[in-house]
Amino acid sequence: MFKSLVHPGSFKGGVHPAEAKELSMDFPFERMPNPKMIYLPLSQHAGKESKLLVAKGSLVKKGELLAEPDGFISAPIHSPVNGAVTKISKTANLSGVPKTVIEISVSEESEPSYLEAIDFKTANKTELLDRIKEAGIVGMGGAAFPAFVKLSPPPGKKIDKLIINAAECEPYLTRDYRLMLEYTDELISGIEILMKIIGVDCVIGIEDNKPKAVEILKNKLGNRTDITVRVLPVKYPQGAEKMLIYAVTGKKVPPGKLPMDVGVVMQNVGTAISVFRAVALGEPQIEAYVSVTGGGITKPRNIIVPVGTPVSEILDFCGGLKPDAIKVVAGGPMMGNNLYDYNAPVMKATSGLLILTEAESQPGESIPCLRCGKCIEVCPVNLMPTRLSQYSKLQRFEDAEASGILVCMECGCCAYECPANIPLVQWIKLGKKEVMKIKQQERKSA
Amino acid sequence: MDAATAVELKNKTILTSTPHVHSKLSAQKAMWLVVISLLPPLVMGVIYFGLYQLVVVLAALAGAVMTESAIKYIRKQKITILDGSAIITGLLLGLIVPPGLNPVFAFIGSVVAIGFGKEVFGGLGYNIFNPALVGRAFLQAAYPVAMTTWSAPAMAVDTVTKATPLSLFKFEAIASKGGVDAMSLFLGNVGGSIGETSSIAILVGMVFLIAMKVLNWRVPLAMIVGLLLFSGIFWLIDPTKFASPIHHLFMGGFMFGAVYMASDWVTSPVTNKGIWIYGMAISLIVVMIRLFGGLPEGVMYAILIMNGFVPLINRYTKPVIFGAEK
Repeated sequence: MFKSLVHPGSFKGGVHPAEAKELSMDFPFERMPNPKMIYLPLSQHAGKESKLLVAKGSLVKKGELLAEPDGFISAPIHSPVNGAVTKISKTANLSGVPKTVIEISVSEESEPSYLEAIDFKTANKTELLDRIKEAGIVGMGGAAFPAFVKLSPPPGKKIDKLIINAAECEPYLTRDYRLMLEYTDELISGIEILMKIIGVDCVIGIEDNKPKAVEILKNKLGNRTDITVRVLPVKYPQGAEKMLIYAVTGKKVPPGKLPMDVGVVMQNVGTAISVFRAVALGEPQIEAYVSVTGGGITKPRNIIVPVGTPVSEILDFCGGLKPDAIKVVAGGPMMGNNLYDYNAPVMKATSGLLILTEAESQPGESIPCLRCGKCIEVCPVNLMPTRLSQYSKLQRFEDAEASGILVCMECGCCAYECPANIPLVQWIKLGKKEVMKIKQQERKSA
Repeated sequence: MDAATAVELKNKTILTSTPHVHSKLSAQKAMWLVVISLLPPLVMGVIYFGLYQLVVVLAALAGAVMTESAIKYIRKQKITILDGSAIITGLLLGLIVPPGLNPVFAFIGSVVAIGFGKEVFGGLGYNIFNPALVGRAFLQAAYPVAMTTWSAPAMAVDTVTKATPLSLFKFEAIASKGGVDAMSLFLGNVGGSIGETSSIAILVGMVFLIAMKVLNWRVPLAMIVGLLLFSGIFWLIDPTKFASPIHHLFMGGFMFGAVYMASDWVTSPVTNKGIWIYGMAISLIVVMIRLFGGLPEGVMYAILIMNGFVPLINRYTKPVIFGAEK
């Protein structure tokens, strides 16, 4: 009912948190001076941890391969700096999980040891794809999925559209926005490379709260029909894979399926730029573009740092925390990880560091569910979050699975909206983990 | 950052799961917004029926607040008066009783509303039936005469009793052309419960609550659509025998029920589809009771009956997961 009232192509539900992009949106990227130490996790991507190729004492050059992929879904790791490996340790990464980390003491900059540059206009598909794999490019939209995997659909899957995710629907973050303004040519060339690899046209999906970026892209693209810009109304989570695909193509990715099942490959703005640099400059993915923002940081800005730079150094560079800061988050306010170890390093896909004050974060006391139904109304994938969280709480994991708990993408709309302040996402995350565990055991015993 | 700063930071910062920002509408704020939205009907009730009605409403309020505090105290739980929910129940009950009611009855009604309508189930969020309506249903059964003695509006303090538009329609067979014109009904200058007669005041409260995103607009809309539809069918069959849909809409407790009672978060369905079913079904029951039942008014029973069906409605209106549509 009332479907026609909904913006055509826009998903049902979603929320409108304060955008707060103005804090950092007008600061061009700045290169932060190299830190003294770099902590390079071997697991910066979805999939298996990479295999270590160096040992304590190894001298490394910027761009040198330090770890190779282990298996198909994995990615190589290159040194972001010149220096010496001082230690191989187990240290918490940004998600708080202890991972193998290469500690590098940083020395002077010199000629980097990059891969050979390729002319993408003359190179063939395989060369380009191999380069993306070699350069260790992972998706910069959040999940850090190795980019070449998405670009190599299994035979039989017909791809008919490339979508560039420029929605940047997380409040506060301005990384993709700044990238579009400052690296427009690189972005377009990167998109051309991706288009050449999969052989399809491209749509750039962007929210209408970035008019400057829309304008600059439209100007550069002119009358091109192979790359078009689709401006979408601001609504969180417009940039979620399933939501953006629906907005652009009108197709719904069924539960448990991938974008390629509806003929779509999606890549983030940052990923496309990294692809361009890997091909045209031979530069592996060794730098992170990060928005440092929020009401709790003294000088919000957008910065470029070597991957592996500790968060604490970045906070210092940005003038330190304000007295009323109470939270440091890696990523956006809706889905980012709350940090407890400020020496955790920035990774390839880190899009922002968000420092929130008590007023912004309002941790409220939670009370019993009032059954207002708001969580259900805002859920973009039509789940019943209140019920799922109750199933998790009661350890009724079979019921949780039957009610679609695994479809949840943890976007946070439900918990954002909940007037009773119930930590719905936290309960659902717990439930998902348990359901996965049960499924794995079943698979083993079967 | 040196180690000492890092430790200091760790001590003052907090860790939570996602998301890290939250909508500004907390349950407590929503409750207070409902309290504010009840002011227009209260004011109109006082204007039409006299200052004495404040005593009735305050007695109901006191009954609700005192009962909840006492029960929380006995159960050694935190006193939750400031969450606003008991205050709403008290106010609501005070507004749905006849003007000039003995304040003792209003107080007792609230004791029952909170005690048996809410706390007996475990308190806020756990009750099945709308607490204020439970209280009113009790009063109707316990003090039937007092609960059907209607004083006339226009500042009459007491004793002048007058039939309500509903009972005129019901028992004296005065159809739409007779008794009361629609404009009086809309303004509320007719016999009826303290806060229920003025539809315009209730509409003001409704618009406010919808704008504040406290009220799901589908609840009143589903009920209004349902009422117009079901009462309209009978009116078309025989307009001399049955009241017009517009009269039905503005008579009795319908508008008040649609805006303030049926829309109660806790006792209404959680899915939007469910709300349409729930709202239309309430209206169907209202029309049936008004036209064919033994009572002049049926809003209270209609809502209480459908409250009971809410778990069932929730179960059968589970939304289809995105992408799983057939």
